[in-house]
Amino acid sequence: MIAYILKRLLGIIPMLIGITLISFLVIHLAPGKPTTIQQALNPKVSLEVRDRLEKLYGLDKPLPVQYFNWLNRFIRFDFGRSFADDRPVTEKILERIPLTLVINIISLFLIFLLAIPIGVKSAVRPGGLFDKSSTAFVFIFFALPGFWLALILMNWLGVQLRLLPVSGIKSLDFEYLGFWGKLMDQAWHLVLPIFVSCVGGLAGLSRYMRQNMMEALEQPYIYTARAKGLSENKVVYKHALRNALLPVVTILGLSIPGLLGGSVIFESLFALPGIGRLFYEAVMMRDYPLIMAELVIGAALTLLGSLMADIGYACVDPRIRYKKQ
Amino acid sequence: MNKLLLTGIIIIGILTLAAVFAPFISPYDPNQINEGSMLMPPSRAHLFGTDSLGRDLFSRMAYGARISLTIGLLAVGISTVVGIFFGSVAGYFGSWADSLIMRFVDIMLCFPTFFLILSVVAILEPSIYNIMIIIGLTNWMGVARLIRAEILSLKEREFIQAEVALGASHPRIIFYHLIPNAVGPVIVSAVLGIAGAILLESGLSFLGLGVQPPTASWGNILIEAKSTLGVAWWITIFPGMAIFVTILGFNFLGEGLKKKIG
Repeated sequence: MIAYILKRLLGIIPMLIGITLISFLVIHLAPGKPTTIQQALNPKVSLEVRDRLEKLYGLDKPLPVQYFNWLNRFIRFDFGRSFADDRPVTEKILERIPLTLVINIISLFLIFLLAIPIGVKSAVRPGGLFDKSSTAFVFIFFALPGFWLALILMNWLGVQLRLLPVSGIKSLDFEYLGFWGKLMDQAWHLVLPIFVSCVGGLAGLSRYMRQNMMEALEQPYIYTARAKGLSENKVVYKHALRNALLPVVTILGLSIPGLLGGSVIFESLFALPGIGRLFYEAVMMRDYPLIMAELVIGAALTLLGSLMADIGYACVDPRIRYKKQ
Repeated sequence: MNKLLLTGIIIIGILTLAAVFAPFISPYDPNQINEGSMLMPPSRAHLFGTDSLGRDLFSRMAYGARISLTIGLLAVGISTVVGIFFGSVAGYFGSWADSLIMRFVDIMLCFPTFFLILSVVAILEPSIYNIMIIIGLTNWMGVARLIRAEILSLKEREFIQAEVALGASHPRIIFYHLIPNAVGPVIVSAVLGIAGAILLESGLSFLGLGVQPPTASWGNILIEAKSTLGVAWWITIFPGMAIFVTILGFNFLGEGLKKKIG
């Protein structure tokens, strides 16, 4: 097991290099120097900012040298300073991470909580009433643009019924609330964003779970279990479900890029101060140091997620760690 | 023909007709600002109502269909070509080419697509062509994996071995024998990919970083839905419905094809 983990850890080094290389190339995609683009798009950019940019990227040096200098700073988590307010990029990102993390962890939890039973129930009787209606819902949820659903719910629950807040994370009287009041207030603001960010994932995972479960139910060991007279409940929930759940572990890691990407739209729409909105603001302001940092961090988080998923998978399924060695 | 496929074909057919004949079915010029008819609810004169500049929503959406479908089709065209190229080279030649390309695929898959697209948009200007190319170049990895897997299994089959024995060149084997035989799943994933590309485009345009006004796209019409929340429901409902139905249509088509091809 330890050998497996070490091997996987070593494997992420070339991946990280690749990620930084691609991010570096993205910023150099622009014809000419990034500084001239910056000026063309935003005439207000002062000479001072331009100098700072030149220095940050060492733009007078050849590309490979620039890359290594930049990488050297990145390793020490020095992402430079934001163009927008001159604060260190690392600081700006760190203060925005908790909210995005909370929203996505709760969403993931809810997605798994609902999708697994739905998938199992559909797979137990394929073509039955439950399966048919859940399939219809999956098609609908898959096709619903999340931001449109958000707009409709904001309009209906927020503006018309005045049940839920539609923007921000705090009410106007937030400062006067007690500890629990503050917590409830924030939770209340997160109901809609979390609901909306669950919808797409729920459809995808319940479909995936159904597929896995149907495959598991056709394995020879299920026939054996039935043949030795086990109750149907035991066959389904003990023998089939456990095996069908294994690959679902990996989905956890794979769902990170989608959730991060989605957070850009949802956090902008609901005016939530998370890293998605920060990224959106950075793109709008063409705040290159911030964009680069978030791009690399987003990819690194995904890498970390899939690494943890793989290790988790290897923990619960010994076949994996032997096969890959 | 299965029901899914048929429903998909009908939906996409109608949308395509609407897009192609947009100038004929639009009662108004989609960009004609009319101060006399701002934010009018749906009526006989304005089937889907008007926006805050008095522009006819139905006409804007008909032209928007052109934009969305074109971007979806061309973006997927780009990603399919790139994916087939990398996937077939990796699958056919194996060894270092395979590991190099597949590591590249893994690395690309690490980036949240939306982050990558937005970063590029921040550097280049958002225009219809840029959006198309960017979406295409950030979504080819699935196709590459798919075609690689197909080719890996096809490579071992007798008819390919026979070609090799006959002395056929590498490109001939790849283009005449391997790719045509692996095309089924690629078509399915391309059709499903169009839905994804249209969704991406509408999301980008909704953020103001996709198709730029005054050119109408379903996503950028929805920008106004935010500021007219509770005032003009039609601006929220109709463009969103169009995106929803289109994606549903392509998903039906894709799933239907998957069933038919097997």
